[in-house]
Amino acid sequence: MTANAHDTMAPSQVARLAAVKPRQPRLLAFFALLRRSPVGTLGFIIVILVVFLALFGAWVAPHDAQANNLRARYMPPGFVSETGVFTLGTDQLGRDVFSRIIVGSSVSVLVGVVSVIIAGTIGVLVGLVSGFFGGWIDNVLMRIADGLLSIPFIVLVVAISGVLSAGLGTLILILGLTGWVTYARVIRGEVLKAREMEYIVAAYAIGQSRFHIIFQHILPNVISSAIILAASQVGVAILAESSLSFLGLGVKPPTVTWGLMLADGRQVINSAWWMTTFPGIAITITVLGVTFLGDWLRDVLDPNVRGRN
Amino acid sequence: MILRVYLLRRLVLVIPLLLGLSLLTFTVSRILPGDPVGLAAGPQATQEIREALARQFGLDQPLPVQYLNYIGGLFQGDWGQSLYSRRLVLDDLRVFFPATLELTIAAVLIATVVGVPAGFLSAVYRDKLPDQVVRIIALFFVSFPAFWLAMIFQSILGVTLDWFPISKRFDVLLAPPPAVTGMITVDALLKLDFNAFGIALSHLATPALVLSFGSLASVTRITRAAVLEALDRDSVRMERALGIPYRVILTKYVLRGTLIAILTIVALEFGWLMAGAVLVETIFDFPGLGLYAVESSLRLDFEPIMGITILYGIVFSLINIATDVAYGIIDPRIRYG
Repeated sequence: MTANAHDTMAPSQVARLAAVKPRQPRLLAFFALLRRSPVGTLGFIIVILVVFLALFGAWVAPHDAQANNLRARYMPPGFVSETGVFTLGTDQLGRDVFSRIIVGSSVSVLVGVVSVIIAGTIGVLVGLVSGFFGGWIDNVLMRIADGLLSIPFIVLVVAISGVLSAGLGTLILILGLTGWVTYARVIRGEVLKAREMEYIVAAYAIGQSRFHIIFQHILPNVISSAIILAASQVGVAILAESSLSFLGLGVKPPTVTWGLMLADGRQVINSAWWMTTFPGIAITITVLGVTFLGDWLRDVLDPNVRGRN
Repeated sequence: MILRVYLLRRLVLVIPLLLGLSLLTFTVSRILPGDPVGLAAGPQATQEIREALARQFGLDQPLPVQYLNYIGGLFQGDWGQSLYSRRLVLDDLRVFFPATLELTIAAVLIATVVGVPAGFLSAVYRDKLPDQVVRIIALFFVSFPAFWLAMIFQSILGVTLDWFPISKRFDVLLAPPPAVTGMITVDALLKLDFNAFGIALSHLATPALVLSFGSLASVTRITRAAVLEALDRDSVRMERALGIPYRVILTKYVLRGTLIAILTIVALEFGWLMAGAVLVETIFDFPGLGLYAVESSLRLDFEPIMGITILYGIVFSLINIATDVAYGIIDPRIRYG
């Protein structure tokens, strides 16, 4: 029967097999795909720019983000002093708003990336275990997930950050430890589907261990959903960080963050409008960039969407 | 399954969930560092005062006993007491919950009234100009930090244009209508006091508008997707072939087919907005659950935090159950089970 398997294949299948091209280097393929989508490209550029500023902001910034100058408080954008130009004005302590926005990007990027990695890792592991083993493990894990989902995230975060001492590390940990549920749900569903596939049965048949099957055969087939989700969660985490820092429940001064800058400018929004306008724009552009890139990633990675439109 | 049995089963299932939730917040709040007694007693308090205070609040008991006492109290209507204000948590919740409910309902109304038609329009004019405009606006709404938007609105609508008051629920110099539901606009209408209704509404307008923005985008997007799917059905092609006017097809058949999706997203958003109210309430100094939560959190005041968490858990569960029941009413093919 195996001898004439070729004969039983549908013509389209044969054609598809024949059309497999030698593999392009991955990075090249990535850029080739990206170039086709202007929105994706825009998102990619924004993300790269923000990450660059987060890494090298202290060197790029025109002024020291922490340097006070009490003689130059609340100066409007374009203010020139003996130390240079203050493109976006100064804040209540005479610090340069532009430099603070540049330096503040590192907190956003750090929170966005690390909390998503924590949440994604836990979520994927839970989803794999839950979906693969089923039974009581599945039941217990999913009830915990239900419990976490039944309480709004921000209330949980407010509750926990009130109890724990607030700070950057705490904030990342909270976002990570509360964010895994969505990943677990999605991955579990994918695993349930993948588990029934013939290649899994085949893997069993040749005597591979369950550990091997989970990580070598199932994981690669479900990971793209987690990546899509992660891309959208980065924006959510960045917004959550700035909101909580704004409320005084997140990162504390003297760390520079966009949320804290907005909090600083809140009382003087009608006179020193630049103190709130520019950090707000920075957050919006960053989240937009992440969203653009995430939407494009979904279009490329999700087989349900791919090929539509 | 019969509706009544189904309802009962779902309601019973809420209890273990609440137990888990309370255990989680209790553990987090009691085991982790922090000195609520010291905070409540003040820096000058002597050891005796601190011990007396701890005894008064039962904080000298072993933790499992504390937890059991707390749970026992919950079922008897004793939700604990704020260490900071010494007020009963349940009394506070009774005041603050209707405020948040009022704000959330207003925001959900705005999001639905604007978002559903926008999504409909977007789907009907797919890939044409109205669609592009709606989608771009929606994308921006998702990316705006809500609290920044709130500040901008407060500054423009409240201060520069002076159209709306920028904080609180009611004119501070006037007495609000007697509380029946606790929602001032409703209470005013019940008394037929239209002046008070106007004042309450003007206080509600800006926060509700800002709060609704968070949901507007999702409501629009989900409606658009649902309408597109409904338009793609064979039945629609059939109806068009029969010569039924497109307008009638849209309002009579397509809209009905999308109700489930719209209901789901609106119910979900209701829950999320209630949570999102935390930020908006803080900025507008709107005395609701969210402001209460943030203030309690900043003061390490555990009992209110636990009370709020449990109340949110109850409300979320009830919303979920109500939504599932509504599915069956809209679409008789859906069975409870």
